[in-house]
Amino acid sequence: MNHVKCECGHVNPFGTVLCENCGRALAAEGEGNSEKLHDMRYDGSARRSQTYNKTIVDKVWNFFSSVKVGVWLIVITLIASAIGTIFPQELYIPSNVTPEQFYKDEYGILGQLYYQLGFHRLYGSWWYMTLIASIGISLVICSLDRVIPLYRALKNQGVSRHESFLKRQRLFSESYVDNIEKNVEQVKKNLTARRYRIREENGNILAEKNRFSRWGPYVNHIGLIIFLIGAMLRFFPGMYVDEVLWLREGETKEIPGTNGEYYLKHHQFILETYQKEKEKDVFQEAIDRVGDGSVAKNFQSNVTLYKKQGDSLPGEEPKLKEVKDFSIRVNEPLKFDSYAVYQVNYKLNELNKMTFDLIDKKSGKSFGKVVIDLLNPEKKYDLGNGYAVEIASYLPDFYFDDEGNPATRSRVPNNPAFVFKMIAPDRPKGETSFVAIQQTIEPNENNKYKMKFSGIETKNLTGLVVRKDLTLWVLGVGGAIFMIGLIQGLYWQHRRIWLKADNGKIMLAGHTNKNWFGLKNELDIILRDTEIQKPVDQKQLKE
Amino acid sequence: MAELSSTLLYIAFILYLIGTFFFGGSIRDKRGKDEKTNRWARLGIAAAILGFLSQLGYFVTRWIAAGHAPVSNLFEFTTFFGMMLVGAFIIIYFIYKLSALGLFTLPVALLLIAYASMFPTEISPLIPALQSDWLKIHVTTAAAGQAILAISFVAGVLYLTKVVDQSKATKKTFWLEFVMFVLVTTLAFVIVTTVFRAMDYESVFKWIDKNGQEAEMEFHLPALVAPHEGELLTKDRLAGFVELPAILSARKVNTVLWSTFVGLILYGVIRLILRKRISAALQPLVKNLNLDVVDEIGYRSVAIGFPVFTLGALIFAMIWAQIAWTRFWGWDPKEVWALITWLFYAAYLHLRLSRGWHGEKSAWLAVIGFAIIMFNLIFVNLVIAGLHSYA
Ligand code: HEM
Repeated sequence: MNHVKCECGHVNPFGTVLCENCGRALAAEGEGNSEKLHDMRYDGSARRSQTYNKTIVDKVWNFFSSVKVGVWLIVITLIASAIGTIFPQELYIPSNVTPEQFYKDEYGILGQLYYQLGFHRLYGSWWYMTLIASIGISLVICSLDRVIPLYRALKNQGVSRHESFLKRQRLFSESYVDNIEKNVEQVKKNLTARRYRIREENGNILAEKNRFSRWGPYVNHIGLIIFLIGAMLRFFPGMYVDEVLWLREGETKEIPGTNGEYYLKHHQFILETYQKEKEKDVFQEAIDRVGDGSVAKNFQSNVTLYKKQGDSLPGEEPKLKEVKDFSIRVNEPLKFDSYAVYQVNYKLNELNKMTFDLIDKKSGKSFGKVVIDLLNPEKKYDLGNGYAVEIASYLPDFYFDDEGNPATRSRVPNNPAFVFKMIAPDRPKGETSFVAIQQTIEPNENNKYKMKFSGIETKNLTGLVVRKDLTLWVLGVGGAIFMIGLIQGLYWQHRRIWLKADNGKIMLAGHTNKNWFGLKNELDIILRDTEIQKPVDQKQLKE
Repeated sequence: MAELSSTLLYIAFILYLIGTFFFGGSIRDKRGKDEKTNRWARLGIAAAILGFLSQLGYFVTRWIAAGHAPVSNLFEFTTFFGMMLVGAFIIIYFIYKLSALGLFTLPVALLLIAYASMFPTEISPLIPALQSDWLKIHVTTAAAGQAILAISFVAGVLYLTKVVDQSKATKKTFWLEFVMFVLVTTLAFVIVTTVFRAMDYESVFKWIDKNGQEAEMEFHLPALVAPHEGELLTKDRLAGFVELPAILSARKVNTVLWSTFVGLILYGVIRLILRKRISAALQPLVKNLNLDVVDEIGYRSVAIGFPVFTLGALIFAMIWAQIAWTRFWGWDPKEVWALITWLFYAAYLHLRLSRGWHGEKSAWLAVIGFAIIMFNLIFVNLVIAGLHSYA
């Protein structure tokens, strides 16, 4: 039951279509093949999916090993991917609106539908992932289903082939020649010159080249699988870090994602634009068209990287050792260990310090300056001689809330406001005043003293992204193997030529897995200086 | 240097045009039945090669002038794509010696270059994201891959022109004719833009954009449609017949409308002159074609182009994205469309493994594949906003 014996005596695995050894047809080939040509795709070997279809395993196996199913999976994925580009993905919409609102406001009913169907997060959705996973499974099963039988068939193939096999090849010719030996010798010489490997067996010749290209698809599928596995690895903890780090000029912070091991100090942020007078002549026209100074030339953060020394207790200042100075630019991330820090964002001129004079409203006389660090204001500023200023309340990002009370939106000093308590020798309890940019409110209208605004200091911020991705090398290996497989399978072709000589007759058949035109041209060269007929293509495309 | 560069591009354009006529002649020439010895075909391929060299000269001189590879905006990319298309054609020509392929490829390259020239052509400095060696590596390989794949489109059109039965109107004749119509419309776009540019046509609208901000919009074609709450600021100009909602760019819609109208007129005129479908008129040119060979050209250009495309548009792209954008893949529309292109041609290769997908079906697939490539080049660049800088 498990084997089929051919007339030539060779024992083939059950399900074999063409005898591995002599090529005789063992079973009726698939339907649609009443034509007289053999289906040579897998050399008529026994493929599991074509042989068994009883158990559930068989059925699943057969489902995934069908190229038709594979193509459907690919096409469905393709269409789904396209739908995901109709409107922007959630990732790319502004962060100050809710997605629900955004899609409705921007794109109307269709946008709303898009949102409700979950297309705004399409590429992370379970069904998209399922599609990709099915392609992966299909790849594996499909390849296994074919590669093993194909390997067997090519390994066991006999040199002497039955006449019926040769006649049913796409390229075939029969010639009657006077001197068989001379012709065969010449053909052999020509074949060797074309780098065919020749095997001989009592008057039969099998010439073959580039068999390795048959493994190309399997190699590229392995590459793809490795790539997909690499993409999955990212979900394991520790493989992947993606953090944002905002640093003001002069600030030093722990680099997130490095477990407190590394610190970064930001010295200066530089933004350059293309200026007409500074650039080459050829650029003048382009700069003119978009506007002088409106195209960015460089985003750069000058930083120093530090590594923490030893252990420090929580709250204790860590001991830092300088590792290196670096200028992070777009396309030039700072790299250390397995981390990379990228330039991705910036904010210019954030308020950093505000200066006020405490003055006598009438005389304008000043009793001292108060410099307030807006990120870290002190509770009380002592000006000497009995004068002092207390900050009773600080609203870094001030606005009036729905009930009309002062409130703050965030901790970022975009619009700072203060409630000051001004203490003087003649006002020991202090006078209260509310001070925001461009406005001062006094609760009891008749203050003697006033905080007079005298200046601000601003700083630039750089927005960095910290990245660690330990999956990259897996992806790299997968990609490389994929490319090798592609080239192996698509830039070479597996060609075989059979020659059978007896009774003054030479039969010649040729097969290639692709590029028949090339094989036909090559046959012209191979048959040069012989009397052998050029094979006829028995399968010209029908009009 | 910059001037020399434009001149060379101009010369290349003329040479491609001449090459087209030679290839046309080689098919009509009954004497040289054997294509290998056909004098016209030899002149045609010579013109194509000279044109290619001249365009290569354009590319090199522009590179020197700019100090960076000239593939940094839509004009530069599309002309480069045209050049690669001719390059791919030359290689395939030497394998298969098919004049008809030249007759159909060179006009596509001409259209691409003409189309490209409708966009700003001056040499511009690079924004920070593009300042990388990967710009040239990634963009040139991706374009080369797409160009080789595009040869399969040309082969597909050749195949269909020959096999589609023109004696009665069917779905097939419709779609094949639609391909011809799109080509004519591209030509119409070039003509309209050039004419109004020569006239220095300009009108300015004040309008309210989708964020409720007031903005100005310049038109270089008479406005058939006006922007959202648009108000014409220039005197004696067309004010538009319909006002568009704010999410649509009135200028782009206007350009599409103009191209379509003029395209329809142009197509109508051609039909009047030919008195039959364009594809029917082209049919005699391909009647001696060996369909097997054309089918194989289509397949081989996919087989050769697919690895190049994978390398350029996916692998190199991912490497660069990891360096410039911190992640190798981010589902940006342009990335997704590169993936779609890749999946499509993967499906094509798998379908070729089965019986029944050779020949005509393959040819239709090749046409769809090219439509996807063009969609990515034109539509995704111009309409869907993304990270890729040349919008
Ligand atoms: C996007 C994913 C895939 C890619 C990029 C891919 C790529 C390829 C390539 C380039 C070839 C060589 C084609 C040729 O030589 O003409 C090939 C062959 C093949 N692929 Fe795939 N493939 C993919 C998915 C699949 C799936 C899901 C299946 C399963 C149904 C599959 C089954 C096959 C088979 C059976 C072959 C032919 C093997 C042979 O000729 O020996 N592939 N694939």
